[in-house]
Amino acid sequence: MPPILDVRQYTKRFDMHVLNGKRIHALSNVSFSLEPGELVGLVGTSGSGKSTLMKSIYRTYLATSGAILYQSLRYGPIDLVRATDHQIIALRRDEITYCSQFLSVIPRVPAVDVVAESLFRQGIDRDRGQQQSRDYLDRLGLPQELWDAYPSTFSGGEQQRINVARAIIARPRLLLIDEPTASLDQRTKDVVIDMIVALKAGGTSVLCISHDRYTLDRLADRRIELQDGHVVAASEPVS
Amino acid sequence: MTNTSDTWLLKVEGLTKIYGEPNENSVRLTGPLFGSNICPETDCIVACADINLELFPGEVLGVVGESGSGKSTVVRLLYFDLESTAGVAYFSRYGNGTLNILNESGQKKRYMRNHLMGMVYQNPKDGLNFRFSSGGNIAEKLLMAGNFNVGRIRERATELLEQTEVPVRRLDDSPASFSGGMQQRVQISKAIANNPPLLFLDEVTTGLDVSVQAKVLDMIRTLQQELGIAMIVVSHDLSVIRMLTDRTLVMKNGRIVEQGLTDQILQDPQHPYTQLLVSSLL
Ligand SMILES: Nc1ncnc2c1ncn2[C@@H]1O[C@H](COP(=O)(O)OP(=O)(O)O)[C@@H](O)[C@H]1O
Ligand SMILES: Nc1ncnc2c1ncn2[C@@H]1O[C@H](COP(=O)(O)OP(=O)(O)O)[C@@H](O)[C@H]1O
Ligand SMILES: [Mg+2]
Ligand SMILES: [Mg+2]
Repeated sequence: MPPILDVRQYTKRFDMHVLNGKRIHALSNVSFSLEPGELVGLVGTSGSGKSTLMKSIYRTYLATSGAILYQSLRYGPIDLVRATDHQIIALRRDEITYCSQFLSVIPRVPAVDVVAESLFRQGIDRDRGQQQSRDYLDRLGLPQELWDAYPSTFSGGEQQRINVARAIIARPRLLLIDEPTASLDQRTKDVVIDMIVALKAGGTSVLCISHDRYTLDRLADRRIELQDGHVVAASEPVS
Repeated sequence: MTNTSDTWLLKVEGLTKIYGEPNENSVRLTGPLFGSNICPETDCIVACADINLELFPGEVLGVVGESGSGKSTVVRLLYFDLESTAGVAYFSRYGNGTLNILNESGQKKRYMRNHLMGMVYQNPKDGLNFRFSSGGNIAEKLLMAGNFNVGRIRERATELLEQTEVPVRRLDDSPASFSGGMQQRVQISKAIANNPPLLFLDEVTTGLDVSVQAKVLDMIRTLQQELGIAMIVVSHDLSVIRMLTDRTLVMKNGRIVEQGLTDQILQDPQHPYTQLLVSSLL
């Protein structure tokens, strides 16, 4: 089987026209692949380009050069660098989810609906979507009185649980997840890790950024390290 | 909101609107490169030119840009408020998408406006008749689409006002006596009265108080999700675009300078003008 994700010679440069043409070389010739059902941990110091790589795969960032080959259920092999915006929208709805480091939500939408959003987008009816959402919030230990409140007012740890729940609820084929356990206590951290393990057992491939040793020890099949936008080390699969 | 289709609802190519007398250089000598939409040779105004876009069913497309960049012109051309100078537009819900809707007769255009499109203007006075009651305004749109049953019209008007959170007891009052936010709600009720697959929204929250603005935006979002209407949302305000849209076109001096997924436009803008626009939001 081909890798589900194959990043080839990916380069990303930011050209800041408003800042006197300042250029930031965020990623240079990055190549790596992710096998189906594999979880790769993405590590590196702050500013090394981890989030940039993830956002590039999700197409929030546009490539400077290179290719990102993804094996899609809907489209077959597709280069995410060159796919149309409408193809990306369909992939985000049905196959690929991204969980950013910090929650950013539409204001004045209650937590249950924030979490269920991807289900609604897939056409699942409101009641069923909300039911599943409550189930996740319950397992993540979010106090029941917060379920119908607006997440913008939540604490860091509460927001993070919302963020993780909304990214995994629809059981994506490819999950891009940035620091899923950073502001969680040990018990909640374990719940999140167990959820990702279960997702993986169901066939989801995962790229996970984390600074947390414990999280990566429990989750990662192998690690890729970035430094100044270059891949400096890639470990072999543990098995 | 669920968009399972792989084909467009609306497809626009080369849409152009010029005021005054253009010559063969007018389009070439205007636009972002020249920082102006006024032709240096004839003084004609190229309000928009070379506009290409595809809107998918149930999709929300944003159009953002500074005042005078041509945003309203684009939606007004597509809603037939204005006559285009050049360009074609196809609408999959009309003539199987094979006819240039811009070239159809006035009667056919009225049919499309009444049955298949809705428009919400920045100024409620452009979309509502203040001499009619709010119910009367909605009735007008329903009548135009051939619904003549008075009982049924009243029922539908009530339902729409409920949906847009306008107190139903105000059904028989003129919108002239309403607050700005409520006038916009009535305008939205009217625009969606016939369940159109396509809705244009032109700066609908501009000029409203921030708290009122938030409520109107929430309502538009909810309606969009419940009804799955495709929308073109025009706004100079990136926070409105961020909240409502999937994809965004950025306009300057009558041209599209950049288009992309809304999160990409906001986080990795490519064009210098878009970068300026986004940096002013931060
Ligand atoms: N949207 C952006 N615009 C400009 N520069 C960016 C943007 N995103 C990231 N960068 C730059 O790219 C480099 C890598 O950042 P990032 O990917 O966030 O690192 P990490 O996630 O490893 O901490 C940094 O120099 C950062 O400033
Ligand atoms: N009736 C008209 N006659 C001449 N110029 C016009 C007319 N209507 C609009 N324009 C010009 O067309 C350009 C685009 O206007 P408009 O589409 O309203 O911009 P926006 O909605 O982005 O603010 C502006 O320069 C405007 O002055
Ligand atoms: Mg980061
Ligand atoms: Mg305007």
